[in-house]
Formats: sequence, C-alpha cells, structure tokens
Amino acid sequence: MAEITLIIDGQEVTAEQGKTLLEVAREIGKDIPTICFHEATTANALCRICVVEVEGQRVLQPACIVKAGAGMKVQTRSEKVVRARRTILEMLQSTMDLSDAPEIQQMMVEYGADANRFPGAERRESEVIDDNPMYVRDYSKCLLCWRCVQVCADDAQYTFAINFDGRGFETQIGTFFDKAIPETSCVLCGQCVGVCPTGALKPKREYLLEQGMTPQEIGVLNTGRKQRKQR
Amino acid sequence: MIKADRVVSTTCPYCGVGCNLMLHVKDEHVFKVTTPFDGPVNHGNLCVKGRFGYDYIYHPKRVTTPLMRKTPQKAGERTQAFDRSEWHEVTWDEALDYTADRLVEIYKRDGSDAMAVYCCAKATNEDNYLLQKMYRAIFRTNNVDHCTRLCHAGSVVALQQATGSSAMSNTASQVIQNDVFIVTGSNTSENHPIIALQMKEAVQKHGAKMIVVDPRRIDLVDMAELWLPLKPGTNVPVFTAMAYVIVEENLVNHDFIDDRTEGYTEFLSTLETFTPEYAEEISGVPAEDIRKAARLYAKADKAAIYWGMGISQLSHGTASALALINLAFLTGHIGREGTGLNPLRGQNNVQGASDMGSMPFHYPGYMRVDNPDNRAKWERAWNIEEGGLSLKLGLTTTEILGHAHEGGIRALYIMGENPMMSEPNLNETRKHMQQLEFLVAQDIFINESAAFADVFFPATPFAEKDGTFSNTDRRVQRVRAAHAPRGQARPDWQIICDLAKRLESRLGVASAYWDYSHPEEVLREMGNVNPDYAGITYDRIDKIGLIYPVPSMEHPGTPTLFTETFPRGRGKFHPLEYVPVREEADDEYPFILTTGRLLEHWHGGTMTRNSVLNDAYPEARVEIHPADAEIHGIRNGDPVKVQSRRGEIVVRATVTEKTTVGVVFLPWHFHEAAANLLTNDVLDPQAKIPEFKACAVQVFPAREDDLARPDVVVNRGRY
Repeated sequence: MAEITLIIDGQEVTAEQGKTLLEVAREIGKDIPTICFHEATTANALCRICVVEVEGQRVLQPACIVKAGAGMKVQTRSEKVVRARRTILEMLQSTMDLSDAPEIQQMMVEYGADANRFPGAERRESEVIDDNPMYVRDYSKCLLCWRCVQVCADDAQYTFAINFDGRGFETQIGTFFDKAIPETSCVLCGQCVGVCPTGALKPKREYLLEQGMTPQEIGVLNTGRKQRKQR
Repeated sequence: MIKADRVVSTTCPYCGVGCNLMLHVKDEHVFKVTTPFDGPVNHGNLCVKGRFGYDYIYHPKRVTTPLMRKTPQKAGERTQAFDRSEWHEVTWDEALDYTADRLVEIYKRDGSDAMAVYCCAKATNEDNYLLQKMYRAIFRTNNVDHCTRLCHAGSVVALQQATGSSAMSNTASQVIQNDVFIVTGSNTSENHPIIALQMKEAVQKHGAKMIVVDPRRIDLVDMAELWLPLKPGTNVPVFTAMAYVIVEENLVNHDFIDDRTEGYTEFLSTLETFTPEYAEEISGVPAEDIRKAARLYAKADKAAIYWGMGISQLSHGTASALALINLAFLTGHIGREGTGLNPLRGQNNVQGASDMGSMPFHYPGYMRVDNPDNRAKWERAWNIEEGGLSLKLGLTTTEILGHAHEGGIRALYIMGENPMMSEPNLNETRKHMQQLEFLVAQDIFINESAAFADVFFPATPFAEKDGTFSNTDRRVQRVRAAHAPRGQARPDWQIICDLAKRLESRLGVASAYWDYSHPEEVLREMGNVNPDYAGITYDRIDKIGLIYPVPSMEHPGTPTLFTETFPRGRGKFHPLEYVPVREEADDEYPFILTTGRLLEHWHGGTMTRNSVLNDAYPEARVEIHPADAEIHGIRNGDPVKVQSRRGEIVVRATVTEKTTVGVVFLPWHFHEAAANLLTNDVLDPQAKIPEFKACAVQVFPAREDDLARPDVVVNRGRY
C-alpha cells in the first residue's frame, strides 16, 4: 500500500493512501467529533460535525469521507471549524429532542453551544410510534443520520424496510406506504436500534421501563395477545 | 434514559451462530441487549431472537421453586400437569432426596439398562459434561443422548465415516472468501440469520456465486445464481448427478483424490446410473441446472457447502450428507480457507453438548464407548475401578422413549429438552412418556414434557449462570451471569452435583468428584482428557473465544480443519444408492409435508412462546403453493386440516410460492398445532435420525371453530 505525507494541525503525518482524514487524524490521537458516522455503516457526511479546514479548499471538508491526500494541510480545530460545529449543534438543539443523546449534549458543552441561539425555530415534533412488539420509534429525537436506513439495506441486513420519506424539513424516516412495521419486510432484527445515536429507536422494554412500568408489569404485558386484549 | 448498573458480556442462547451479546442490567433486570461491532462472530448484527427474545427469563409462568407432583404417578397412567395447583412447592432438599431415593430404588432393582438421560443442547458445556458423567459414572449406562440426534445426527455420522471428524470444517466468517457456495436444506435467513447476512455480503460485495438447493423458495434465492428446487428427500440423486457431471466433464481434482482420499474407483463404478436426466426424473430439478451447478462448484477456486436439516432429517440422512462429502472430495474443496463441508448446527451449544459426550456412543471428545482404551481414560478421570464403565453402546433419543416399558427404560431425567414437541409422531411419544415409572424434569418452564414429570428442578436460563457454549464453527465462548437466579432457581451444574453426591452416598460408592466451586473447574477436568479442549481456559477465552481443536495452552485454535490430513487418515468416498423417502405422496395423501423453523421461534417453544417473540409470530401456518391451493379451494388465511397417517392438526393456510407444487410446509414450534403429530418416526439406519423432512399428508378446508385459537392471526409482511 502506497504511503503519503500530509500535515495535520502542523504535525507531519505519514498515512496509508486511501484512508479518510478522520481515520488518519484519529490514528494520531486527534479528537474529531462525529455524529452520523459509524464504524459499521457507509459514511455519508450528512451531519457535517466532523468538518475540518483543508488549505486551498473553499469550504470546510467532512473528514469522514474526504480521503487524506499527499501534501494536504489540515486544521482540525481552527476557529472556522469550531464555529461551524457549534452552529450545527445549536441548529440540532433548536429543532430536535437531544435528551437521549448524552454524547451530543457533551459536545454542546465542549463547543460552548448556546441552546437558545435560535429561539423561534420550528421543532421537528412527532408522536411516538409503537406499532410492533420489539421497538418504538420517536422521530422527535431523529437527526436523520441515515444509519438505520443503511443497516436495514446493504450495510448489514438487506431487508430494505425503511427509507427517507418526504422532502426538505418534512423529511422523516418511514416505511413504504407508511405501513406498520410488522406489515413491512422488517424482520425485527433491531440492527437499526443498535446504531441509532439519539434514542429515536429504542427497545420496547427499555421504553416501557422509562415510562414508569415495573419489570413485573411488563412481564404480564408480554404473556401473549389474549391477556393483552383484556387489559 | 436508563443508565445500566452494569453491562455483562455473554453468548446468545438461541442458534449455533453464537453471537456475542452485551446484557444491560438495571436493578437486577436485563432491559436491553446490544452487541459489540468488533465482535468476531456477528460484527454488531443480531436477529430478533438475540436482541429482543431474552424476556422469557422474567415470564410470570417461569418456575423458580422445586416442585413435586401432588398425585403420585404410576407407569402406564402418567398424566400431564400444566397447572401449578397440581404440584407441591418443596425445598431443594426434599426434591433432591426424593429424586435420589427413587433413582437408586429403580437402579438397584432393574440395573443400568433401566436408566436414561436427555442432556441439553441449550445448556452449557459444563452442565452437559456433568450430567453425562453422572449417568456414566454412577449408573454405569451409556443411555445418554440429546437433541443432536434429531437435528444433525445424519451429518455427524457421515462426517465421522468419511473424515473422522464431525463439525464444520471451516468457520462461518470464511463465507466471504468463497467464490462459489452451495446452501442446501438450510433456510439460513431464518435459522442462522447472521450467517445469512454473511452469505448475502459474500454475493453482494465479494462477487461470490450462491447455489441454493432446497424444495422451498427461501429468502436466499433472491440472491442466488441458481436455485435447484428438488423434491424433499431427493438429495442423493441430485448431488450424485452433480458428481456424475464433474467426472464426465473431467472437472475432478486428481491430485487431491490421489493424495488425500480413498475409495475413488469403487465410487466411480456406482456413478453410472446417476445421470442428470435420471436425477431430473426423481427430483424434478432440470438436468441442465444440475450440470450448471456442478460446473460452477467444480470450476471455482474456492467453493464450500453449507447445509442444514434438509440433508440430515431423512431416513437416508447419512447418505444425503455423504453425497455432499463426495462432491468436496472430488473437487478438493476442503482443507483450505474459503472451502469446506459445513453443517450449520442448530442449537447454541449442540456442538458443545456433543463434544461433551452427551451421546450414547461417545465419551467427551468423540471417544467411542466400546473402546476399552477410552474407557480406561475416563475411569482414571472419574476415580472408577478398572472395567467399571460400560462398553455397551447406549440408546439414542428416539430409542430411549421407544424402550420405555417393563424391562426397558424405567427412569428418565430430562434436562431442558422437550421431546413432547421435538420427537416425530407425537401420539406415540405420548404413550411412551406415560409408560415411564419415574421422570425428572430440569427446566425453566413446565413445558409439554416436564408436565409429565414427578419432580421439577427449577434451573436457570443463560443469563443467570456461568459456563461456556461451543458454537457451530467450534468457537468456545464464555457465558456469564447477568444477575442472580430468580427465586430458588439454581444453575444446572449445581443441581447435578448435589444430586450426584446424594446418589453416591445412597449407593455407598467411591466419589467420582462433584465438589466444584466454579464451572471453570469442570471444563478443566474435561479438557485434561479431551485433547480438543486441552488448551482452553476461562482466562484464554475471556474476551474472544477459541476455535477448537486447541491441543495446548499456547495453541491459537484451528479455524480451518483438514489442511494436511483427515483425522481418519484419507478421506473416504462412499458409493451411494437412491432410497426414496419412506412415505411418498399417493392418492390418499397427495402432498409431501416438510417441517422446519421460523425466524421468530425456537424449537419446542419453551423459550420463545413465553416471550414477546410470540407476539411477533403467534400462530402456526401451513404454507401451500397457489396452484395446489386453487385446486383444493383454499384461500390465503383459510383454516385447513392437515392430516397424515399418524395425526391431524388445524391451522391457517398461507398461500405462497415460497413452497413448491406438491409440497406443504409447517413450522414445528406450536404446541396447539404440533407439526410432529404428523411426522413419520421412521429412522435412518445408521444415525437413528427421524424423517422430519418428508411425510405424506392431505389438506382439507376446515372451519374457524376447528382452530385451536381462532382469535389469533399473524399479520406479518416479511418474506
């Protein structure tokens, strides 16, 4: 494998050709935050929190997909980078529910993000969808990172039960024809739950416990359809 | 958001893939399961059972107190007691003392041949090792078996005969290295979901070509290069016709045959009749497709075969598996990475339970019981006088119940198994169960078999005990308790040791040793005699499991078997003849019934029918092809009666092209419509495996009222 040399935050780095800036930076211990990026899914640079400044490039570059190039001069924490990340966090906070995303809350603190920067922003509100026995979907907490869609598709499961639905601000993850999950091709594997970074997808049991039910009450709930109907 | 008190790493209790699980515990209660993305087995993926199907642990019907029947049970009049009101709650001492008294009484009166035990492919290696040790060392009998008999016995016997080994030759993660692979008799997407993902990845991302040979149009067919829809039970002609083509077109690997095998000439002389046209006539698979499949497989650089119970669960299951083995020998697709003969084992620990000697012909490590040298090894290990252990081959699972009568088996101990769901021809099984004089059940629920018992020992599920499971690709992995046992439940290994000590003191015999303080000591005792496990310690498998054989403490494990030689020396070709299934379709019973499993359920249903999984798939459905359905006036969702010469059930029909014309499919998980009431209890002569995969049935329209649960309708969109 050919090797290249580049400069990250003033430090000369030798790296394998073909690696992304994120991979190379992490190898030398640089802390580049990520939200939509996941080791098990194809990177798509959707959230832009991992942007870095590359000398000679007009705009900030998403480190998760941009390949390290010979002679690149990269800054991972320039003022421009920090401002961009802070703004991304503030926009997320203003439109969605981050209560189940402690890592993002931690980033808010680290980047000094102002939770009230956009006080009049329209929030993405959604009812909790409880349509199957295994997991619930709360799209108020969804930041459209695409991981769930990817693992349901050819990053893992090849089931293709969910996709983006709607356009622009109305975009939401959904099923085809808005069918209930059990009636789709979903196999209830929960790969989507496993990669959700914000608790928008959550195991039903965990959700019920959070709602204040006791394990005993959940046990009774799960003893079969008949008992459920009687409740 | 719930913050876990602790996160416990363990191994999934469902199928043989052996996925790594992280159990998130809060207030002594597992509330979530995740899996590490860098895990060596499943790479961050799980199926519905592994991720969500653990809640049976907390089901209100789980038994956590020792129980004894209120009404004393007598041979011939034994009844089932599902209701707790028919049982006394007793102390562990009462239950163990009573059991020891009864077992010793029967043993002293009727001797070793009256005693039998079912070990358990769900339990740990340590549990299984101890239970077979108890029966062999104390009762001096080899009447020890478990459900391996009902799933892969045909494959095990065939592999033993042809190679001298009996496990997957390569690991499942090598699927992505295959250039061509055959999947046969395995609905991998539902029964080994994570291996199916790797198969799909091999096709989609690594350019592999997949050949599916199966009577059902299973999910994998979508990505297959070729689908050979054979009639159930026609494996031998189809695969031997492939061998015919490989020889006819000189695609054989002569070097491999010369250097590594024997019996090739005899094999060739029997090949003549197996032309693809002959196979087409019998199996319905177009001769041209058989030729294509043979060429694809033989010409590939690396090709492998993965198979399931569609090969082994037949009255000629051993021959079916041998037909696959012959193909690998002809082409040399064995002994290298990305090749191999790979029976996908069903249960989480069926490989391990077999390794532990939970079988009537073998001690741990597949040492034949009729070999005095092997006997001497275990006599030394168990502190037994010379010549004390039995050289007599024991009875198999189905034979044990078949011998439940005066002068035969009188006392049976069942750990975790459910023969009243898993045996063929259940009406017969019921009669046999009734004939037992004494029955002990060690389980977590009063299932259909435990309901017949005199004594119930409440054991622990996987999340409440420590030990090891050995998965389908021979990887020995840790099982760890997430929390203490519920109620008075106890880990199986402790129950067995306590009972064994009581038995020894009543019989006044020297102790075979039962004072273990931790399961790790049990594994060490076994590994000291069984060379495959000699180098496995809990320390070494703390993070990542080791793939046996691990002959020494420094050995890194053996992902690929047979690289230099076969355990028996040369691989042996086996000439085969075509023997039809015992019961073919006729005018009276015009359909062939084949049985199998569903993604959401597990075997006899003890776990999954008591889980949220049952909400996801609450009823049995019979699959029937649209062409057949139309002739019989059956619409999708209609209640139908499925009848064989042995029994009948009423279920709803699913009209689907997932099955083929003339073949109907039933899952066997549902006690209210048990598929095994219909199946044929004829056995393979060598492996003694029953013919679950083919029997003749008729299908009639029925009424809603005839259904066991007319109010329950499954409504799923998945394939």
